[in-house]
Parts: sequence; structure tokens; C-alpha cells
Amino acid sequence: MFLIALGFLAPALVLLAGLVLYPILYTVVRSFFSADGGAFVGWDNYVTMFTNDSTFTAIRNNVIWVLVAPVACTVLGLLFAVLLEKIKWSTAFKLIIFMPMAISMLAAGVIFRGMFQESPNLGVVNAAVVAVNGAFGGGDAAYPGANPRTDVGLINDNGVIASEAAAAAGTEVNFPLVGVRADAVPASAAQAEIAGTASAGQITGTVWLDVVTGGGGTNGQIDDGKTGLPGIQVDAVEASGTIAATTETDAAGRYVLDGLGTESYRIALPASNFDEGYQGVSWLSSGLITAVIILSYIWIWAGFAMVMIASGLSAIDRSLQEAARMDGANEWKVFSRITAPLLSPVLIVVFVTLIINVLKIFDLVYVIPPGASKPAANVIAVEMWTVSFGGGSNQGLGSALAILLLILVLPSMIINVRKFRQERQS
Amino acid sequence: MRSITHHRLFTPLAGAGILALTLAGCSQGTTDAAGSGEFAGDTLEVSAAWSGAEQANFEAVLAAFEEQSGATVNYTSFGDNAATTLGTQIEGGSPPNVAMLAQPALMNQLASDGNLQPLSDAASAAVAENYSQSWVDLGSSDGTQYGVWFKASNKSTMWYNVDLYDAAGAVAPADWDDFLVQLQLVADSGYAGISIGADVGWPLTDWFENVYLQTAGGEMYDQLTNHEIPWTDPSVTVALDALATLWGNDALVQSGAAQRTFPESVTEVFGADPQAATIYEGDFVAGNITDDGNSVVGENALFFDFPSVNGSAPAVVGGGDVAVSFTDDAATDALMQFLASPEAAEVWVPKGGLTSPNNNVDTALYPDETSRQIAEALTGAETFRFDMSDLTPSAFGGTPGQGFWQIMIQFLQDPSDVAGTQQALEDAAAAAYVD
Repeated sequence: MFLIALGFLAPALVLLAGLVLYPILYTVVRSFFSADGGAFVGWDNYVTMFTNDSTFTAIRNNVIWVLVAPVACTVLGLLFAVLLEKIKWSTAFKLIIFMPMAISMLAAGVIFRGMFQESPNLGVVNAAVVAVNGAFGGGDAAYPGANPRTDVGLINDNGVIASEAAAAAGTEVNFPLVGVRADAVPASAAQAEIAGTASAGQITGTVWLDVVTGGGGTNGQIDDGKTGLPGIQVDAVEASGTIAATTETDAAGRYVLDGLGTESYRIALPASNFDEGYQGVSWLSSGLITAVIILSYIWIWAGFAMVMIASGLSAIDRSLQEAARMDGANEWKVFSRITAPLLSPVLIVVFVTLIINVLKIFDLVYVIPPGASKPAANVIAVEMWTVSFGGGSNQGLGSALAILLLILVLPSMIINVRKFRQERQS
Repeated sequence: MRSITHHRLFTPLAGAGILALTLAGCSQGTTDAAGSGEFAGDTLEVSAAWSGAEQANFEAVLAAFEEQSGATVNYTSFGDNAATTLGTQIEGGSPPNVAMLAQPALMNQLASDGNLQPLSDAASAAVAENYSQSWVDLGSSDGTQYGVWFKASNKSTMWYNVDLYDAAGAVAPADWDDFLVQLQLVADSGYAGISIGADVGWPLTDWFENVYLQTAGGEMYDQLTNHEIPWTDPSVTVALDALATLWGNDALVQSGAAQRTFPESVTEVFGADPQAATIYEGDFVAGNITDDGNSVVGENALFFDFPSVNGSAPAVVGGGDVAVSFTDDAATDALMQFLASPEAAEVWVPKGGLTSPNNNVDTALYPDETSRQIAEALTGAETFRFDMSDLTPSAFGGTPGQGFWQIMIQFLQDPSDVAGTQQALEDAAAAAYVD
């Protein structure tokens, strides 16, 4: 009898031993050896693991992942499952929400990396953010990005281009600007010209593009081939900060500020002339990268949670809900006191499965972050791969990380196994 | 696992590459013009990484040798698996007569294991006659000459958009300071002076290597490569300070470098809607420009040599393929001598795709002006050194997110902290160079 059982079990046991048990044991042994496998180093790899910055970030990020992703996926899945039950076309909606599961993680990562690109010309998220901002009047300046020529007594103060020294009425203040593309200058612009002599109570000057196409000319001088910049607002600002006079430049870039008193004024071109507009959020930077990756994970796995919970929902006894409603419970009470507790076995399975899955997260973290924010996005599985195969060639340290990962996953696996056993007994 | 020009782009695909190239490794070509020369009846086996068009061109070189000598030469491609393939063949007692290696480290290792044959006096003489000292040294291991450099690449080329330079009145600069002046002219005209794609760190390590080779010279470069001097050395400070004069100038460098991939940075300069006027990298940028399809190399996409820093003599960082021999017989020796002669390279040069480090190759034979200029910069350089990050342990010089690559990304983002950067580099190097 025993022999027959053994005979049936043997193939599976051999496979398990060869494909599961042996690799685990070998990894444990390997984790006590040096990078090339030649020398026994005791606990050194484990010490390195916890004292090295990049591994520490990886462990911290894994904690964030475990705290955020499974809860978010389960809650969203529960919401979708319960709410979609009540509408027509629910199968169509469920199909759409489940769809990301059909996409490979790698492809999903590439999609998200594209969506969150910083340049609004490349990333759809920033394109939307900038478009919304633009609809509220941001970023419609005539000469975005212009700068004053250096060493001619002009300063750029947070986008406001102004004269360093104050000027009295009757003088001339000129603004040679650079950093404006020749094709960004309006067609109405003409050759820059020297403004006429200022009469009493006036300050005059010229704002021009201090670049000759094809090179040449003297910096800070109005030469042939330099165009005036029309339509730029020019303010005369009193020492107190009050604007005493304001005007706009003409086609040759000239302006005349009139009606000024005897005091000195700072002549300023306000930032509204040069505002580059809102450039969107740097989603893939070190600070936000983990949030973006977790978001993409939720996009994929909320569908899985929803399908699991919906199947649990279809299996529960509806008469209990009906009875509660008869007794006068409102929908929230029915959900929180009846539906959710009845669903708890499914919820726990989903939750624990997601925890295990999240601990092992690799592909999204490998694909989404650009190089500069890779260290900030690091997780244990990626760190393990990098040190063992991705150039580090230290399979000792890699094995130690693998063991750490195994130890972290074990509690959730034990919970799951217990759960299954209890269910079988009841 | 490395072909010098492109290996970094392929790192993520390395696994797949091994498989593909193992299969490709089976392709074998026999050139059949067995003539009646001195070595008629001898058969030579030659291996290299080249396949496809490069294989066809190299086989034309071998055919020229067959015609001249009468020997039969069989070519086998080992793809990217030089170390594994040759190791197996040596162990099995049947190495090829001649192999082309892309890594000096592999040549040194094979030499110290006693697998390589030193060059004969005649071959050494041919090398001495045709190559500059840098190449002779690179082909030597522990003072013995083993290799003949046949193919080279130039990683000291600064590519620029001619239309934008012309509009801004900028010209190819004379030296580093002039370079900054020209970039400022471009910035004045409304375009970023230079675009950097630092999504991964390798372009930045190449920047550093060029500046360091210029400011510190070849000997210091070798010492730093072998970690015989620490990264906290003052010579490193000089190089990083020079880099900081450019990288720290927001008016000249296009913003967002750390999130831009290298091909994207090429598109920023040579694409349909250029935003910047200059990009630095090796001669392979010509390929990126052609792939992008909006600019034409040689017409509106040209390059100048990496500008001389602090008045240094022309120096080039690059890579290449070295021919080494495994057998001690007259026919092999004749082939090595042939490969060291200008005639061998001149078979391939007109077909395109070969930059020869051989000084006596007639540069008029290059198929276009750009490739001729690349080759002249290479042979005209007083100092030539291999890409440093390819020579250092990969944990330091070849791992995304760590070591040299990552620290240079951080330095690009904050070029003010030179001392901290040097310390970080030293710490990373100290950890990686354990024996």
C-alpha cells in the first residue's frame, strides 16, 4: 500500500525536489559565499545587504508597496464588484477593467513610462495638465524663454527683465534680448531702430533681438539684421513698487514712457512677456517615481481583484441581504454588516495573493523609471537581479537578497495555506 | 558579451542575444579562391564577431590574402561570445589560427594563460611601421607584442546640426573655452547649445573619459583605469571642474537630460523639430542620425573632434578589434603580417564600415567625407585610449543604476559637488576592485 502511494508520488516528488527544494537549498548555501563563489564569507553578504544604501532603499520601497498596493487594489476591486452588480452592461465594464490583466507587465510598463514623460509633447498626462493650465490663461506669452544679453546692465529677476540701475526721466534705457528664436518673432517686426531722444517727463528705449541670423554684429549694439521685438509691455516702476507708466513696443522695438515725474524709475519688462508657461509635473523624477509605478500596478491588478470578488459575490446567500433590507437596514448597513463579512474569505485570499505578488514585483520597476530615478524606485527583486546578473556579478549577495525575499513572502504563504486548510475542514 | 560600439544599448537584450548569436555562430563562410602562392595547400581558421555585411567585407579582405598567399582561409563568426567560444576551442585543443578580439582584457588574459603566439619579428616590424605607439602598446601584454589592431572606433566626436550652427553664426570650436562660447551663440539664437541623453550613465562616462584623457594624459588615464590612483586624485578634480563649466550652465545644456534616452537626445538635435544644436558621442551617432531620417550625415549633420581642454594635444577615446594568433606557423604569421599592412584595410575601407587605425591606409579611399574625417582624427591622435568604463569591473563601470554610471548622472544633476562626487566614485571603485 505504502509502496503504491510512493510510486504515484515519486515523479512529483522528484520534480519538486529538483526544481524547488534544490534551488532553495543551493541559494541558501550560495548566499554564504563570495561574489565568485570561491570563498566562504559567513554572514558578510547579509551584513552588506542591510548596510548598503541601495538595498536599504529597496527594502523601504517594498514596505511602501506592501502597505499601499494590495489595499488599494482590494478596495477598488470590491467597489467595482459591488457597484457593477447594480448596473446594466456590467459585463462590458468588467471586461474593460479586467483588460489590463491581458497585457504583459512589460508592455504595461512601457505604456506608463510613455504616458508620464515629462515633456508635454511626449507624455499624455503632462499634455493634459498643461492643456488644462493653458485653458485658464497660462503660457500665452509672446516671447517665452527670452533672456537679457549679459554684461549690459540688465538682470533677469524671476522672469522679469529689468535695468539694474534706476533711470531718470529724459534718458534712454535699451533692452538687447537673446534666446528668442528667429522664427518666433512676429512677421510685423522690423529692423530695430534707436528710439528718439526723450523729452522731459519721458523715458525712451528699444527692445530688440540682439542676434544677427548667420552671426555677426556687436553684442548690445543695434546693428543691421537685428529686429525689434514688437508688443512687449514696458513698465516704469517707482522705488515703492508702484507702476508709474506702462506702454508697449512698436514694430521697430521702440517704446516711449510718458508722464513721468522727477524721481528715478526702474524700467522693467514684466514676466508676462516671457512666461514659458506651466511645463507640467516631473512624474518620473525620484520623488514621484514609486507612486507612478504603484499606480500602474493598481491599473493592472484592480481588475484581478474585481473578478475574484465578483465571483465570491455571486456565491453568497442573497436571502441574508434581503432579510436585512426587510428589517429596515439601509444600503450602507447591508454592505458593511452583511455583504462585506460574507465576502471576507475571498477578500483575504485576494489580499494575501496581492501581498505575495507585490513583494516579488520586478517588471514594472525594471521598465518604468528612467536611469536617474532607478535607485529611488529600487525594490528587492530588482536589486537582486542587478547585483547578480545586471552587471554586479555578485551572486553571493544576490542569493542573500533572494533568501530575504523568501523570508518576507513566507508569512503570507503560511496564512494562505492555513486558510485553505480551515476551509476544507469546515 | 561586448561589441564596443553598441553593447550598452543591448544590455537588456543580452539574454536573448546569447541565444541568437549562438545560432549565428554556426554560420560559416568559406572563400574558395585557393591559388598557387607560397602557402598553397595550407588552411587557416579565422574567427571574429562580425556577421552580415561586416562578415562579407572581412571575407573580401581574407580573399585578398588567399590570392596573395595561396592559402585557404575559413571564416567563422562567434558573435558576441568571444570569451566562451575561444575558451571552449582552446580547451578542446583546436583554437582558430587567428581571432579578432574586441576587448583588450580578453587579449591580456589569453596572453597570460599562454594561449597566444607573440608576433613574429616581421609582423612586429609591420606594426611598428604602420601604427602609432598607442596602438602598439594596446596590442602588447607585459611587454610582449601579441596583437594587430585591425578595426577601430572613435568616441571623441561632437556632432552638430549645421543649420542651427549657421543660423546662430557658430562654428566648430578651437578648444573647450571656445566650445562654450560657440554653445552660447547657439543659446542666444533660442536653441539649447547641447543635448545630453543621460537616462543611463554611459554617455556621461564617455564625456568624463574624453575630458580626463585630455587633461591628465594617457599614463594617468591608465592608472585610473586600473585604480592605481584613487578617484580622489587632483587630476580627477581638474576633469570634473572642466565638465562642470559646461554641465553647470543651464543656458547651454537642454533641460531634462536625466530623463532623456540617448536616441531621444539625437532626435532633439537632428530630428524634424530640433531643440538643441550639438550632441556628443562616438562615431556610431551617424547611425542614429540616419535611423532618425531627418538629417543627412555629411550635409547638415557634421562633427568636430572633442575640443581640446587646457591646450592638450589631440587625444581620442574609442574601441576596436585586435587580431591575435594562436598557432606558430608560417601561414598564420603571413596572415598577421597581411592584416598589419595597409593593403588589408584598403580592401574593406572603400566598402564602408571600417575605420582603420593603420596610419598608412590611404584616407582618400574612405567612401565619404565624414568617415574620412573620423579616421583621420583617429590616426592623427597623439594619444589613443580604450573606453575606460569597458576596462573597469562591470560592477563599477557597466551597471545601470550603480557605480560610475549613476554617480555621473548625479554629477550632471548637481555639478557643484566635485569633492563629494570624487568620494562617491572612490567608494564605488574600492568596493568593485576587490580581487
